Amino acid sequence: MSAPLLELRGLRKAYPGVVANDDVGFTVGRGEVHALLGENGAGKSTLVKMVYGLVRPDAGEMRFGGESYTPGSPHEARQTGIAMVFQHFSLFEALDVAENVALGMENPPPMRELAARIREVSETYGLPLDPARLVGDLSAGERQRVEIIRCLLQDPKLLIMDEPTSVLTPQEVDILFETLRKLQAEGTSILYISHKLEEIRTLCDGATILRLGKVVGSCDPREKSARELAEMMVGSELNPPAPQAHDLGEVMLEVNALTVPPASAFGTELRDISLQVRAGEVLGIGGVAGNGQDELLAVLSGEVPVENDKLRFKGEPIGATGPNPRRAKGLLTAPEERLGHAAAPDMSLIENAALSGWVRMGMVKSGFINWSKARAHAEHVIKDFDVRTPGPGNAARALSGGNLQKFVIGREILQKPEVLVVNQPTWGVDASAAAAIRQALLDLAAEGAAVIAISQDLDELMEISTRFAALNEGRLSAPRDAAGLTIDEIGLMLGGAHGMEVAHIHEEAAP
Amino acid sequence: MIRLEKRPTPSRGWAWATPIVAVLATMVAGGLLFGALGSNPFEAIRTIFWDPIFGEFAFYYRGQLLVKAGPLILIAIGLSLGFRAGIWNIGAEGQYIMGAIFGAAVGLAFYPMEARWLIFPLMVIAGVVGGYLWAMIPGILRTRFNTNEILVSLLLVYVAEQILAWMALGPLRNPDGAGFPGSRNLGQYASSANKELIAGWGMHWGVVAAFIAVIFAYILLSRHILGLNIRLAGEAPRAARFAGVNPERLVLLCLGISGALAGLAGLFEVAGPAGQISIDFNVGYGFTAIIVAFLGRLHPIGILLAGLLMALTYIGGEAAQASLGLPASAIQAFQGMLLFFLLAFDVLTNFKLRIGGEARA
Repeated sequence: MSAPLLELRGLRKAYPGVVANDDVGFTVGRGEVHALLGENGAGKSTLVKMVYGLVRPDAGEMRFGGESYTPGSPHEARQTGIAMVFQHFSLFEALDVAENVALGMENPPPMRELAARIREVSETYGLPLDPARLVGDLSAGERQRVEIIRCLLQDPKLLIMDEPTSVLTPQEVDILFETLRKLQAEGTSILYISHKLEEIRTLCDGATILRLGKVVGSCDPREKSARELAEMMVGSELNPPAPQAHDLGEVMLEVNALTVPPASAFGTELRDISLQVRAGEVLGIGGVAGNGQDELLAVLSGEVPVENDKLRFKGEPIGATGPNPRRAKGLLTAPEERLGHAAAPDMSLIENAALSGWVRMGMVKSGFINWSKARAHAEHVIKDFDVRTPGPGNAARALSGGNLQKFVIGREILQKPEVLVVNQPTWGVDASAAAAIRQALLDLAAEGAAVIAISQDLDELMEISTRFAALNEGRLSAPRDAAGLTIDEIGLMLGGAHGMEVAHIHEEAAP
Repeated sequence: MIRLEKRPTPSRGWAWATPIVAVLATMVAGGLLFGALGSNPFEAIRTIFWDPIFGEFAFYYRGQLLVKAGPLILIAIGLSLGFRAGIWNIGAEGQYIMGAIFGAAVGLAFYPMEARWLIFPLMVIAGVVGGYLWAMIPGILRTRFNTNEILVSLLLVYVAEQILAWMALGPLRNPDGAGFPGSRNLGQYASSANKELIAGWGMHWGVVAAFIAVIFAYILLSRHILGLNIRLAGEAPRAARFAGVNPERLVLLCLGISGALAGLAGLFEVAGPAGQISIDFNVGYGFTAIIVAFLGRLHPIGILLAGLLMALTYIGGEAAQASLGLPASAIQAFQGMLLFFLLAFDVLTNFKLRIGGEARA
């Protein structure tokens, strides 16, 4: 037990315009459950992709079991003894469990033998699973078991798990943790990626914290409070929120006890959400992705209609109306996903400007589009928001992510909304452009609009929010004044609710 | 190693060049095919592409060109709107048959009344309604029960063919026809005839309707908000929803338009070139129109040209069968090659071909 199992030193990986990892190094001991902690975009995924052979590092070295390790492909990584369970499953729904497992193996044994081994492993590790069942009939938790068993059959020395609990119910999380502890007891090391602080405190022996691609600390999470971990994750100095001295006006948008069932098996249910935004304020909604952000935006934009009086715009019920009547009134939205949702990839910026702008900008007269008005709007956005593109005739997919983000946010802001809802407004945008977008949101509020900013970036929310609320597993906490909110309180609002969640859960976990 | 690399922006040049390259490649491959069958490839290609327009008997063939191209263009324009929106009506052939039956039934119901001003317009409306209703079956099944419109519309073609046979043998059979299957000849009944408008040109009301449809579709797609919504729904369904498009309404609308235009084509055919409802009334225009729609890049002007080209291969193909003794299946394979090469070269619009170089993950 001399050398650590995995040793990383000075790893660096840069993509055009962004350094995903810079001088990253840490070690994972044998039989250790090591947490990789950080906000979205901190570089966790890139790092594990390098370890798993999916991405080649630009610089630095990796050692596995004391020997130099330079995986050229996941195939090599698996042969070395590294297995990975991805956040998104790669399973065929029309095949049964054993067939799916066989597809992921290097040398699958005959089916009958494999089925027997699946039963054996599933019993040993407390992962009940019938090899003959169709994957299409399984719950999310059971599907994950298929992935885990596929890994375990290869007898890995190191198991990498990327956000394994994001699709699990609390009961399933308990089962998973028991399995991981059993594996640990047998000497398997686990690299566990998450931003759920309580989970990491329960499960992990060591933790490395990443922030903006760099290691900002390491600790024994069992000896730290959730507050201390959150501080390390977001940086100890959360910028004090900018004092916004303007009077709040009337209630612009109101959501009353809104409950929406999930649209798909992996969707999040919105549970009993109530909120109010007033003219002149920015309501920041924080939370980890997949906790209902997309669903909330779809309800506010009108893509998912609800009961009419659940949603009120200046007192008027609008829940059952579609996106365009809401735009006519002054409620605009900007979804998180730029390509395919906020913008059509193969269409020009002019067409994409018309996509959400024709109602308010008067581009359509008796059904006919005035393309010169659409072009003018696109050019206006390009100029005011410094969108780098040869011209408005270019296809949306030709723009870099950050530039397109500037375009889709600017497209809404320049329509002078009365209420603007944005989801991840600065995702993938460089620092100065992000500052410009935040300033534009603040200016909008100062001019008397109400803004709802949904984001995973706590720094950002603290900078622009008048009030702050946390979205967690489809529930929205009571909003609190952002001024004077401490990191401890934010941490509790974000992660602490997980502990209390158990009491609310019905028996939906067991299939 | 040959690799495909995605272009940042679709190539405009290739979007125009693809159909031309596809036609040339079809000529080469078709020539090889005809050569292998023992004909002179150059003569075969000339017979198909050149003789119908410029050859000795062109005076006969030229008129046929519009007769064949009219229904193809009319149907393909309707289909292209749905195809652009990602709504796949494969059953235009059935809607074509039902339009013909509805229209012919109305015309025959008035026989032998002399009132063209009333009867012919009523037949046109009935043709539209017949095709529209037949297309609404897959439309409503899809929006209500989430069935697949490809399968339902396709299978309804065979139902329509059965109805056609029943009509030709039963309710619409000519009472003075000595028991032969088939209806009275609408072309010989002045109130219902869809006659040639200019002698020798093959220009009848169906061809006029096809040209009007081309113009309307062009304006719809380039200038109208509905056209933008149709394109959005096909290219980015989530963005379409964000833009306020109601997907179910769009399904019904696109299927309805394509069904109505196919029905219209059927009516003009039965009242004109075909003349009567008979068991073998339909000759596959509804299916060939699918090729025409794609060959024309789902663009109205492209469809106009593609319809004419396809009509040419029909006429030229028949001529080649007659004069060179080529089998009918060889001509069908030749037409199929056209779609195959078109789709194959279409890749180049969105992808660059890179030869050599290292593959990256």
